[in-house]
Amino acid sequence: MIDFTRNHFELFGLPRAFAVDTDALESAYRALQHDTHPDRHAHAGDAERRAALQSSARVNEAYRTLRNPVERGRYLLALAGIDALDETDTSLPLPFLEAQLERREAADEAREAGDLPALDALVASIRAEARQREAALGVALDAGRLPEARGLVRELTFLQKVAADVEAIADALVDEAG
Amino acid sequence: MALLQIAEPDAPPVARERKRAIGIDLGTTHSLVATVRNGLPVVLADDDGRPLVPSVVRYRGDGVDVGYAAVAQQSRDPENTIVSVKRMMGRGLADLDDDRRFPYQFVDAPGMVRIATRAGIKSPVEVSADILRVLKARGEAQLGGPIDAAVVTVPAYFDDAQRQATKDAARLAGLPVLRLLNEPTAAAVAYGLDNASRGTFAVFDLGGGTFDISILRLTRGVFEVLATNGDAALGGDDFDHRVFCWIIEDAKLPPLSPADARLLLGKAREAKEMLTGHAEAPIVATLSTGQKIHATLTAETFTAITRTLVQKTLGPVRRALRDARLAPADIDGVVLVGGATRMREIRRTVAEFFGQPPLTNLNPDEVVALGAAVQANALAGNRAEGDDWLLLDVIPLSLGVETMGGLVEKIIPRNATIPIARAQEFTTFKDGQTAMAIHVVQGEREKVSDVRSLARFELRGIPPMAAGAARIRVTYNVDADGLLSVTAREEASGIEASIAVKPSYGLSDDEVARMLQDANAHAADDARARALAEAQVEADQLLEVTRAALAADGDLLDATERAALDAALRMLAAARGTGDADALRSALDAANRASGTLAQRRMDRGVQRALAGKSIDQVV
Ligand SMILES: Nc1ncnc2c1ncn2[C@@H]1O[C@H](COP(=O)(O)OP(=O)(O)OP(=O)(O)O)[C@@H](O)[C@H]1O
Ligand SMILES: [Mg+2]
Repeated sequence: MIDFTRNHFELFGLPRAFAVDTDALESAYRALQHDTHPDRHAHAGDAERRAALQSSARVNEAYRTLRNPVERGRYLLALAGIDALDETDTSLPLPFLEAQLERREAADEAREAGDLPALDALVASIRAEARQREAALGVALDAGRLPEARGLVRELTFLQKVAADVEAIADALVDEAG
Repeated sequence: MALLQIAEPDAPPVARERKRAIGIDLGTTHSLVATVRNGLPVVLADDDGRPLVPSVVRYRGDGVDVGYAAVAQQSRDPENTIVSVKRMMGRGLADLDDDRRFPYQFVDAPGMVRIATRAGIKSPVEVSADILRVLKARGEAQLGGPIDAAVVTVPAYFDDAQRQATKDAARLAGLPVLRLLNEPTAAAVAYGLDNASRGTFAVFDLGGGTFDISILRLTRGVFEVLATNGDAALGGDDFDHRVFCWIIEDAKLPPLSPADARLLLGKAREAKEMLTGHAEAPIVATLSTGQKIHATLTAETFTAITRTLVQKTLGPVRRALRDARLAPADIDGVVLVGGATRMREIRRTVAEFFGQPPLTNLNPDEVVALGAAVQANALAGNRAEGDDWLLLDVIPLSLGVETMGGLVEKIIPRNATIPIARAQEFTTFKDGQTAMAIHVVQGEREKVSDVRSLARFELRGIPPMAAGAARIRVTYNVDADGLLSVTAREEASGIEASIAVKPSYGLSDDEVARMLQDANAHAADDARARALAEAQVEADQLLEVTRAALAADGDLLDATERAALDAALRMLAAARGTGDADALRSALDAANRASGTLAQRRMDRGVQRALAGKSIDQVV
């Protein structure tokens, strides 16, 4: 089994930092899956198959976390002892919330009008904003400004939800047309 | 053997008999069985050279017909001739919005619908098992002995209940299933290995009853599914039904008897298939009332009456691309799978959407079975040298749990690579609360009423505490078959409850056991002999593997651990000789447990080596 006490960065042999060498991450991931994936142990005994299942699941979880910038930022904060999505403090800056509210309204209007391109454009604008904030998140983490990084992770998580909502609205529109 | 591969990836495999491995495509309309022969996957045909087995089962008074024999009688005996049973797998009566299309007497049963036939009430699992038995027998006859390993394919968009039902059917048919494999992934394996492809591919699979779209990346021997989507109730059957309705309207027919309905559905399908190569198709039939039907279906009319069905495939395609964060132009090739992709409108629509003509150099009927055979062969341990590819697949639909207010909290998101395990903590909401109900659901919507209920279970015996003080950790585990099991644990007291997700939509273990008994009533001795033979094979394998592992990495165990393992192996070798299946089983379990530590440490060592090979200076 893999060593479950190692953190995700250690597991892939990567430095603990926001900037990730995606090629190195990918090739380490593949090397680990080559050894741990249940398909590689399908005809082995129960114990080995169980170990493979657990190890492979852990490798997948680690990869999923490090591949996604928001998850990665959140994970780095967790390693530093900060729960970015702690439910006892869910505050977000008012201007940010207002901007998202406007987006939702725009999505509802586009839906009424059956305007799929408008919905796609909305999602694209959310993604673009997310990318900017991801860059800022990297800077904040590298500089050790953890409270700022925490705020950015929360905003980014919120943006993901807004994007998913708009996508769901677009889906409903496509399905109606079908 | 896997353990040996970890120690020395380049060492030649131990000389060992080739395993009899088969891949099965259990389709809505057709099923196939394939195997790898001389390094190449081939479909196994019947004595008349026919590769397909129609997925049709007829219950006679005194036996069962499967395949062409059943097809021949279907319009004479529609109530007892089951077609498209795959659409009923893991589904309740309420889920079958198209139940009136079938001439069967459905019996609503908890979890899964049943069908009343003259041979008794049949679950879709039993009907599917009857098809699988025929395929298995074909495999045994042509491979010259009992099957060691089977891979059965399922639509990528099948949910947990449908997957579990398929696995139960295979168990009922006595197939040693090593893996449930997603149909588009199987097709990608056959296609990718055949064409030595690299790049990002879309597999568009429209069969008789199901639609899947998978986006895969192929690089250096890894098939990585990036996203999948689909519709588990959309396929050629639906096109047949549109034509059927058109005939009824065109000829202004009164309500039809089941036999006439079957007859016209057959005619509808023939006409649909004919329109793939022709501008029009005649529809000629004589009903049991003596009424004669004489109609002509043109390609234009067909396109018009099926336009919404064709459009219905685009929503899932869009969603799959979006989840993969790709645009249509990023796709290097579109592979068409499934007989219904022969339809011109489908090809045109797919070409238009992706801006490129789809790849059609594979037989869309066979490619899934061929890929399954390749995977079965590899899982059985028959991999050839350099045959080092790996499949990374995903779960199609999010898994969640019901929370306060009838809302769904997602625990595992759709398109997560499997296997995967995720845990979530919950707490009690009343003072002194000692039990907690856990409702496991699957789907994308936010309200519990809009998603599929998979199972409910209770964690009992929580020590009374103030509201919010208990910490209940619910863990979802999805294995490489895409099957879920759930455990819940109260952290302070260690009270635990666990289930494999089955009860509410699959069959309970008891039911499967009963069916197995029914099926084997007169073959109980065979079953016992088989159990013993299987256990003996397993024992030989475990002994072989563990001894090899000890020889290579015995240093990983300390003296006490080594002694315990040696003792367990001696016990196992002794039990192997007694001919007592139960004793052998328990010796096997003990030896498996005893070898766990070694297996874990060897995997760790293998991983270290794998990493060392990649980036020695980066390992912290
Ligand atoms: N020439 C053709 N033109 C149009 N449709 C065709 C043609 N040939 C076959 N089909 C349709 O293809 C469907 C069967 O496809 P296939 O055998 O791939 O499905 P399946 O594997 O049984 O189903 P599934 O994968 O959905 O479980 C049927 O609806 C059949 O009518
Ligand atoms: Mg199919």
